[in-house]
Amino acid sequence: MSEVVAARPLPRAKGSAMPVLVITALIMAAWYAACLPMNANLPQLQNATGDLAARYQIAWALERPVLPAPHQIVGELYSSTFGTRLFRETADGVVLNPRNLVFHAWVTLSATLLGFVMGSLLGILIAIGIVHSRTLSKSLMPWVIVSQTIPILAIAPIIIVALGSVGLTGLVPKSIISAYLCFFPVAIGMVKGLTSPDAMQLDLMRTYHGSRTQTFWKLRWPAAVPFLFASLKVAVTISLVGAIVGELPTGAQAGLGARLLSGSYYGQTIQIWSALLFAALLAALLVVAVAHTERLTLKAMGARG
Amino acid sequence: MSDVRQSGPAALFQVVTLAVLTAALLFRLQDRAPATHWTYWVLVAGFWICAWEFNHTLSASKGPLSRVAGWMAPWIFGATLLILWEALCVGLGVPTVLLPAPSLIAAKMAASLPILWADFFQTVLRAAIPGWTMGCAAGFLVALACDRFDSLRRGLMPIGNFISALPIIGIAPILVMWFGFDWQSKAAVVVVMTFFPMLVNTVAGLASAGQLERDLMRSYGASWFSTLVSLRLPAAMPFIFNALKINATLAMIGAIVAEFFGTPVVGMGFRISTEVGRMALDMVWATIAVAGLAGSAFYGILVLVERSVTFWHPSTRAG
Repeated sequence: MSEVVAARPLPRAKGSAMPVLVITALIMAAWYAACLPMNANLPQLQNATGDLAARYQIAWALERPVLPAPHQIVGELYSSTFGTRLFRETADGVVLNPRNLVFHAWVTLSATLLGFVMGSLLGILIAIGIVHSRTLSKSLMPWVIVSQTIPILAIAPIIIVALGSVGLTGLVPKSIISAYLCFFPVAIGMVKGLTSPDAMQLDLMRTYHGSRTQTFWKLRWPAAVPFLFASLKVAVTISLVGAIVGELPTGAQAGLGARLLSGSYYGQTIQIWSALLFAALLAALLVVAVAHTERLTLKAMGARG
Repeated sequence: MSDVRQSGPAALFQVVTLAVLTAALLFRLQDRAPATHWTYWVLVAGFWICAWEFNHTLSASKGPLSRVAGWMAPWIFGATLLILWEALCVGLGVPTVLLPAPSLIAAKMAASLPILWADFFQTVLRAAIPGWTMGCAAGFLVALACDRFDSLRRGLMPIGNFISALPIIGIAPILVMWFGFDWQSKAAVVVVMTFFPMLVNTVAGLASAGQLERDLMRSYGASWFSTLVSLRLPAAMPFIFNALKINATLAMIGAIVAEFFGTPVVGMGFRISTEVGRMALDMVWATIAVAGLAGSAFYGILVLVERSVTFWHPSTRAG
């Protein structure tokens, strides 16, 4: 049951740079090639004359393509971040410019981080409760798992509306959705980690006459830290997903989710893709940050390797 | 301690007290009048303490009845939470717009079965399950190809790991544009979401057979195919079922969230987003209850199949 989230470190493939490059190049080539057939129904291409090269040139430079070419996405990403003024002066002073994608990314990122912290703390607390109370482990654990088979993201609109009606708007409702999503891998991973010391180590603590608190801080907690970080890496990405989805029902005000929604309302495909690419970069950045913290922490704890 | 708890009379006393308190509370909740006197909260607190103590007894029980007790504990816990939810909603007079009581949700469900069934059919049977089947099958086949051709595996796996960490749900608006508003676009979202977990897990599972067993197959002169069928696929089954279970949840999420970006006028995601707009929260919760039941049933069936397929695995044998 506890393998619902496979939070195990992935083996690093040796000498994989070349195959990865080849596969990436193949995907890119297929993408560029697909731009013409995917966009063939658009009027600009239906009326186009000329040979294949000329038609491809049109297909790669359409304004609202069905499938934009990769360089269009990167170009849009560049022009909406570096090509737009980052700050703007208002009556309240200098604020981030809402026309800049960085503003939207920051809105999403702040909800992601707050939700990540809340969800991780909740997950750790639940895990500690489950490990220390037989009643909780028998009666709460199955519901923790059932809570994940309910499509939690579907509850997002309710949380937004319910909290909005008691006056909570903006950051907090979104981060609650993120927290709800990311408590689960942390709880599961920490239950596994806190119970990972074997009987011999627990017996040793007993021969030292260690109290429950001492056993927790000196044995269980250190043993659980590697599991914690493996779970945190999963949690931080789904926390981002939660923040993005949490922005959908509020009606496209700010954030990467709002950019996705407004892009799909107005058929701005390049805007959708660039928001998506930015979200992907953000996710990669968050995972790298957690992995870096993991390395530093394990090093400080004296792990070798 | 546990000796005392196990003794028959004490347990019987607990059952009787809990039954009396539950009956009293349920009777009080019938007319849905908000609490006006502090005795209401004493009753609620007493119910909570009794239910908790009873659960404690059940969890600590040993002997022939402990299997039944262990099976009952989560159900009693769930029922306790439902009654508490009802009691809090009624007692505090929580407005339905904020959080409807479970009894109201159940009444709404009973009253709108045809709509709920149509939504269920559109979202689960036409989008989530076909998409899940296609995505898992495609992931499995590509994983087999990766296993056969090592350079493909070394090229695809880092990309697969990277993509499975991305917010894939974001492609929903794009796929809705490509495949239209009906269920095809939702199934496509589910295919993309379920493909990579299946690929990554199957490849890891196929690598999990021990060296000793592989050497044995070699010494039998077994081909790649017969080694695959009789050793490595069975060894990969725990990983594959792990992916199937993760994907069951992802499929439900994908199908529902994709409907936020445009649907015909039927479907669970459509129902949730429109009824939230109309502040009909009881209907929203009814839809979510259906989604939860469907998701849990989907997951439960997979767990049952997994137990019969991977009966040899330690995690299954431990109970």
